[in-house]
Amino acid sequence: MTSAQGTPETVSKGNFLIRSLTQMPWTWRIMLGYLTVMLLLPTLAMFLRASTVGPAQFWSIATSPVALATYDITFTTSVIAALVNGIFGTLIAWVLVRYDFPFKRIIDASVDLPFALPTSVAGLTLATVYSDNGWIGSLVAPFGIKIAFTRLGVGIAMVFISLPFVIRTVQPVLAEMEKEVEEAAWSLGASSWQTFRRVVLPPLMPAILTGVALGFSRAVGEYGSIVIISSNTPFADLIAPVLIFQRLEQYDYAGATVIGVVLLLISLVMLLAINFLQAWGRRYETGLGKMPGH
Amino acid sequence: MKRGWAKCLDIEQPLILGEQTEMSTIAPSPRLVKRADAKRKSWVPTLLIGITIVYLGLVLYIPAANVFYQAFKNGIGPFIENLTQPNFIQAVRLTVMLAAIAVPLNTIFGLCTAWALARRQFRGRSFMLSLIDLPFAISPVVAGLMLVLLYGRQGWFGDVLQSNNIRIIFAFPGMVLATMFVSMPFVAREVIPVLEEAGADQEEAAQTLGANGWQTFWRVTLPSIRWGLLYGLILTNARAMGEFGAVSVVSGNLSGKTQSLPLYVEEAYKQYETEAAYSAAVLLALLAVVTLVLKEIMERKTRIKEVE
Repeated sequence: MTSAQGTPETVSKGNFLIRSLTQMPWTWRIMLGYLTVMLLLPTLAMFLRASTVGPAQFWSIATSPVALATYDITFTTSVIAALVNGIFGTLIAWVLVRYDFPFKRIIDASVDLPFALPTSVAGLTLATVYSDNGWIGSLVAPFGIKIAFTRLGVGIAMVFISLPFVIRTVQPVLAEMEKEVEEAAWSLGASSWQTFRRVVLPPLMPAILTGVALGFSRAVGEYGSIVIISSNTPFADLIAPVLIFQRLEQYDYAGATVIGVVLLLISLVMLLAINFLQAWGRRYETGLGKMPGH
Repeated sequence: MKRGWAKCLDIEQPLILGEQTEMSTIAPSPRLVKRADAKRKSWVPTLLIGITIVYLGLVLYIPAANVFYQAFKNGIGPFIENLTQPNFIQAVRLTVMLAAIAVPLNTIFGLCTAWALARRQFRGRSFMLSLIDLPFAISPVVAGLMLVLLYGRQGWFGDVLQSNNIRIIFAFPGMVLATMFVSMPFVAREVIPVLEEAGADQEEAAQTLGANGWQTFWRVTLPSIRWGLLYGLILTNARAMGEFGAVSVVSGNLSGKTQSLPLYVEEAYKQYETEAAYSAAVLLALLAVVTLVLKEIMERKTRIKEVE
C-alpha cells in the first residue's frame, strides 16, 4: 500500500490524511493531543522499556516463583470476590428494584460508597474492623479465623471495592423488565424458582457477567486498600500490584516493568471481554424487541 | 416437597397432588391460593432485604461507621489537635492543589472529547470510546510505573529533565500527572450520553439564527449538558482528591512535602499513629459522603428532565 511510486489510490489516501490533519477541528486536536501525552506516550514507554529486557529474561522474571504466586493470589482472590459480588449484587439489585422498604433511597445511594471513598481510607477501616480485636474480626477470632493480614483480608478488600459494579449493571435491566412475563410464567405453572431461573435470569445474564468482569478487572488492579489490609508476605497474601511497588522501591525497574506489562495486557483483555459482553447485552435488548442502543 | 401453589394449577385434580405434598389434607381453593400467595410474599422479601442489609452492613456500613467511631472515640479534642499538625495541613493543601489542577484540565479534555465523539458516526468510534475508558482499566500502580518510566531518572525524558533541573517524579508535577491520569475519563463519559440524547437540532437552529460557535456553546449546548457535566466534575474531583495508588508510586511520600491526604492516612497508620490516620480519614470519608449526596441530587435532576 505504501509503495514509493504512488498509485492514484495511495496519492488520494495521502491527500486525505494531510487534509484531515490540517482541517481537523480544534476539539479533535485537543482530544488527540491529550490522549497522546497522557495515555499513549506512557504506555509506549512501558512497552519499549519491557522490550529492552529481552525475551528470555522477560520470561524468567514474569514466571519467577514469587511472580507466579502473586498472579495466583491476585487472580484467584479477584475471581472469588467478583463472583461473591455477582451473587449478592444480583440479589441486592433485585431487592432495590422490586421491593419497598424504609431507607431504601439511602441504601441505594450508599452502594456507590466504594467508588467515592479513597482506597487508603477503605484499607484503614477494613484492616481495623476485620483485625483480631476489631468489631467483626473479634467475632470470628475465637474460631481461629484471622481475616486482616491474611489472604481472606485481601478478599474482603476486593469485595469492598468491586461491590457497586454488578448492582449498577443489573439494576437498569431489571427495572426495564416487564413483570407481565413473570406473571405469565407463574400462571403457566412455573414455580418461583423456575420463574427466576428460566424467565428472569437469562435476560439478566449479560448484565451480571458485565458487572462481574468489571468488578474482577477493578479487583485485579486494586492497590491502596489491599496494601494496608494485607501483610504483603510473598506466597501468602502478596498481590501483583504490590509486588510492582516493591520492585520499584528496590529500583528494580526491569522487574517492575515486566510485571506491569503482564498486568496491563490482562487489563486490555478484560476491556475487550467487557466490550464483548456489553455488545451481547445490547443484542439481547434488540432481541426483546426494544430499541437498539446507540 | 413440591414448591408453591402454582404447581397445583396445571393439575386437574388438586387432591391427588395434595396427597403427595405436605398440604395433603387441604384442597387448594382460590382463597387458599391467595393466602398462600400472601404468605409467600411476606417472607421472601423480608429474607432478601435482610440478606441485603447484613451483606452491605458487613462490607460497607460497619467499616464506614468505624471511621467516625475511631476518629472521635477520645472526644473532639484530640481530633482537632490532629487536624492542626503542620504535616496534616500541608497534606490538605497539596490535595486541594492536585484537584485544582487536575479537574479543570480533565474537564477541558472531557468536553472536547465529548464534542468530538458524541455526534459523529465513523469507523473506530467505539475504539476511541474504549481508549478513553482505558485509565479505569489500568491498575493505578501500573499508571504510576508508566510515569516513572517516562519522566523518572532512567526514563525517556530523564536526561533532558535532569539537565534542565526539572523534577517530575518524586515531586509535585508527577503527582499532578498521576492524578490527571486516573481521573481522566469521568467528564467525557458523563457528557457523551447527554450530548447524544440532546441532539443537534437546537444548535443548528442557533447557528441559522446567526450565533457563532462560542455563543452556541455557552447559550445552547452548556445549559443542556450542565447536569451531566457537573456529575462528571464531582466524580473527577472525588477521584482526584482520593487517589492513592498512582500518586503513591510517583510521590516518594515525603511527609510534609509530597504527601497528599490519602498518603498521609497510610503513612500515619504505618507509624502506629492510628488516631492521626483516622482524623484524616474522617475528612476523606466526609468528602465521599458529600460526593454521594451531590451525585444523588444530580441524578434526580436528570431524571426529572427525562420525565419532562
